[in-house]
Amino acid sequence: MTRLDSKKEQGPISPTQSHSEATILNAVPIRHYGRWVATLFLLLVALVMGKSLITNPRFRWGIVGDYIISAPILGGLRLTFMLTVVAQLLGILIGIILAIMRLSSNRVLARAAWIIIWFFRGTPLLVQLIFWYNISALYPEISIGIPFGPTFWQGNANDLITPFAVAILGLALNEGAYMAEIVRGGIVGIDRGQAESAKALGMTHMQTLRRIVLPQAVKVIIPPTGNQTILMLKTTSLVSVLALADLLYTAQTIYARTFETMPLLMVVSLWYLGITSVLTFGQFFLERHFTEGKQVRISFTQRITGRVSMRGSSAKLGKVVHND
Amino acid sequence: MIEPALRVEGVRKSYGHVEVLKGINMQVKPGEVACLVGPSGSGKSTFLRCINHLEKINSGRLYVHGDLVGYEEKKGRLYELSDREVCRKRAEIGMVFQSFNLFQHMSVLANIIEAPMRVLKISKEEAVIYARELLELVGLSGREESFPKQLSGGQQQRVAITRALAMRPKLMLFDEPTSALDPELVGEVLTAMQDLANSGMTMIVVTHEMGFARKVADTVAFMDAGLIVESGPPDQVLDHPQHERTKSFFSKVL
Repeated sequence: MTRLDSKKEQGPISPTQSHSEATILNAVPIRHYGRWVATLFLLLVALVMGKSLITNPRFRWGIVGDYIISAPILGGLRLTFMLTVVAQLLGILIGIILAIMRLSSNRVLARAAWIIIWFFRGTPLLVQLIFWYNISALYPEISIGIPFGPTFWQGNANDLITPFAVAILGLALNEGAYMAEIVRGGIVGIDRGQAESAKALGMTHMQTLRRIVLPQAVKVIIPPTGNQTILMLKTTSLVSVLALADLLYTAQTIYARTFETMPLLMVVSLWYLGITSVLTFGQFFLERHFTEGKQVRISFTQRITGRVSMRGSSAKLGKVVHND
Repeated sequence: MIEPALRVEGVRKSYGHVEVLKGINMQVKPGEVACLVGPSGSGKSTFLRCINHLEKINSGRLYVHGDLVGYEEKKGRLYELSDREVCRKRAEIGMVFQSFNLFQHMSVLANIIEAPMRVLKISKEEAVIYARELLELVGLSGREESFPKQLSGGQQQRVAITRALAMRPKLMLFDEPTSALDPELVGEVLTAMQDLANSGMTMIVVTHEMGFARKVADTVAFMDAGLIVESGPPDQVLDHPQHERTKSFFSKVL
């Protein structure tokens, strides 16, 4: 029973437990006057805000309704979504490669990764985007060949690096630098004994990494990666400086013409909120998938409300703990 | 003459300026059990880890079944073996760690069949059949689908032994296999190891369990400060040690 209790203290279960103990004992629970005042205050604020949202005619909800599923907005949404998915996936890939480089026993590889991460984390993304956009000022011609040797292919930088390519390049490289640190943290967090026993069994370096270390690191890597993805969704709005018609830029071009600034910003915010919700949902299921049924499974609603029903969870916990 | 399972000649190992092994010489015949005993910090574990090249030696020669470990000798020069070749040789040497080191994200069965499938390229069916056979031998039938965290320390260590045996090793290394266990769980692991020894496996065991050394070992080697001070049959080394250092150590632990 003591072990059961200590495990519970880590989870969101303890408040419910102390409550239920109090009812069993028929004791008078502590009166939380402070919490009641705070609750009352928040309810009041919510009421005022709700009333304003409904009654203030300047929100012009009608116009929001007109635009929210209009063709240009949906087009912008598609681009924002595309940029998020492609740049994030590339960022994760770059991050894994950089993390493995940083952990390499080869000093040059490790230092190179460190410098790349230092550079891309150390300069503003907006500056990086504008830099890539103007790269033809530095290198008007881009060619593929052997350095100091023959050239196989050559092209004009302006034709090659389209605004979309610039956006992907800039977002993915920047993301890669952040993901590298997240992945590295995940790998370093895995007990060295895991890799050692894999090696002792004759598994190669790559097999050990792929089969033993990374799958365990993933559990630690997913929550911050979810954060990064949500951040990426909103960061893509920076590409408006490249005149790319993403969600925000599309809305800006519309209200520049019609002066319906607030309703269009509402449209944009609603879409960003919508996608963020979907991503949060996806992150939850990914996290649950990678916890392999060893831990207590909680449902999505339980997690949002922060409540776990005592009966179900303790039964499952018991199964895990009393299994000697 | 039969090639010894392990032949060690003047092995030295340093970490920076600290010399941990100062010239180890040792031979273990096939089918023999050798126990390495001695105070902590004497280099026992480091020496064991050199045998399967988890640690690189700085000088000397170390042969397992006549093969140089980690290197290839051509015309008097040593060439370091590639990761792949080192792995191929390691696959023939099983190792059991103090802290079990079972793969936390895999079930017991998956832990055991992983290396046979990936390294020996054995089919899954075959690997599973052999894994079940071995689990039965160590008394863990029915725990195939459990995860390491759901097992006691003794059970985890028996799974770790099974996992090493699934590679059909010619030599087994044990690095203080019972030191992390509750006292009441030590017995089950030692029993499994004794059964293994009786089946004719060549074993090198770093241990503080003098009872086990006395009962199972063919040779006991006492290590101190990076050297094997004394070695021989257990009754000789444990009961009639010749060196002062050995005498004072055993007077404290026995």
